[in-house]
Amino acid sequence: MSALRRTASLAATVALPLLLGAGAGSWLGWHSVAAAPAAVDVVIDNFAFGPATLTVPRGSTVTWTNKDDDPHTVVSDGADPKLFKSGALDTDDHFTFTFNDAGTFKYFCTIHPRMQGTVIVQ
Amino acid sequence: MAVEMKSQQLHPGRRKLLKCMMAGSAGVLWSVVGGVPTPFSLAGEAFAATGDFTFMQISDTHIGFKAAANPDPAGTLKDALAKVGTVKPSLLLHTGDVSHLTKPEEFEMAAQIMKLAGLETHYVPGEHDTINDNGKSFFERFGHDKRTEGGWYSFDQGGVHFVGLVNVVNLRPGGLGYLGPDQLAWLTADLKGKTASTPIVVFAHMPLWTVSAAWGWGTDDAAPAIEQLKRFGSATVLNGHIHQVIQKVEGNVKLQTAYSTAFPQAAPDTPGAGPGPLKVAAEQLKSVLGVRRVDVVRDKGVTLTDATLAA
Repeated sequence: MSALRRTASLAATVALPLLLGAGAGSWLGWHSVAAAPAAVDVVIDNFAFGPATLTVPRGSTVTWTNKDDDPHTVVSDGADPKLFKSGALDTDDHFTFTFNDAGTFKYFCTIHPRMQGTVIVQ
Repeated sequence: MAVEMKSQQLHPGRRKLLKCMMAGSAGVLWSVVGGVPTPFSLAGEAFAATGDFTFMQISDTHIGFKAAANPDPAGTLKDALAKVGTVKPSLLLHTGDVSHLTKPEEFEMAAQIMKLAGLETHYVPGEHDTINDNGKSFFERFGHDKRTEGGWYSFDQGGVHFVGLVNVVNLRPGGLGYLGPDQLAWLTADLKGKTASTPIVVFAHMPLWTVSAAWGWGTDDAAPAIEQLKRFGSATVLNGHIHQVIQKVEGNVKLQTAYSTAFPQAAPDTPGAGPGPLKVAAEQLKSVLGVRRVDVVRDKGVTLTDATLAA
C-alpha cells in the first residue's frame, strides 16, 4: 500500500518537470508546445482517493487502484451520461481514463459518496 | 432433584440450565408458557421467542466477499440461518448488502442459501447490491415486495405495519444515504391511515440517523421520515450497514443497527480505523456476527434481542 502510494506521488512529481520544461521552451522562444501527457496513479486507500486533487496535462491517463477490502467506484459528477464511470472495483482492481479535454473534473465513489476527488486538466 | 429441575425450568438462567444439562440426560427441556409446558431445544433456549408475534432480522450477508476478515461468508450465513431456525419466527427481514459486488452469481448463491431458512423473507437493498444499476438486478431477484418504481414497500402482518425503505440509490457526491422526496411523500401517504396504536416497523439498510458523518454512516434526509413516526405509540427502525449493534431512542421511536452475518466493522470514528471490514482472530469471528429477534407483545410494545453466532 505504501509502495503504491509512493508510486502515485512519484508520478505526480514527474508531471511537474514536464510542465516546467514546456514553460522553459516557450521562454527560450521555441514554438510553444503543451506539456506532454502523463500517466498518473491514484490509490484508493481507507475510503479516500490519494491524491484527492490531481493536476495533469491534457491527454494524460489516470489509473485508479483500489487497495481496500471494500469495493469502490470512480464516477464523474453531474448528470448522465457520465464522462467516466468505472464498474465495481474490488480489491486491487484498476480503472483507467484518459483526459483529452482541459477542465476541472470532479468525481466520487457512488457506493461511498463521501469519497470525492478532482482531476484538473490543463 | 426433580423439584429443583422444575424451578430451573420456570426461570432458566443460563448457568442453571447448563448445570441441568450436565445433570440430566434429556436432549429436550420444557418451558412453561401460560401454564402449558412446551418443549424447546437446548441450543435455542436462551434465544426462544417470547412475544405474541416474533420475526427476525439478518443483515449484511456480503455473499461474494473473499478477504481475510471472513473468507467464507456463505458458511457464516448458513450458521446465522441455523440460529434463526431455532426460533422459528413468523418472517425474516434482510436489511441489505445481500451481495458484496452486485454480481449475478452472488445473488444466485445468496438466494440458494436463503432458501434453506424456509421462511417468508422481505428484503431491502444495501449499497453493495445496487452498484451501477440502481438496484435493477437486485429487485429482479429479491424484489417480490416491490410495489413502487423506487422499490420501497409496506405490508401488514401480525398486527404490525412493516415499511421497507430504500436509502442506497441515487447517492449524491459528498452525501450520506438518501431517501428522496418521492419516497418521503409515499411514506406520508402510507402512514396516513394508520392508528397511533399500530406498531410500526421500518427497515432500511443505512442507519436512519447519523452514526458517523465522516464514515458515511447515516441518511441525509432521515429526519422527515423519523418525524412521521413520532405519533405512533411504538415505532421501531431496523437498520444494517455498520455491522454492529448501536441504538438510538427518540421518544417512542427506537432505532437500532444490526450485526452482520459476514464480518465486523470498527466502532464509529475509532482513531486510525475506517469504515471497512475489520479482521478479528478466526476463533473470535462468530462472537462479532449475529442475528436479531424481534418480539411483539400486544399493547406492550416491541423488544429487540441481538444474539451473536457464538452465543
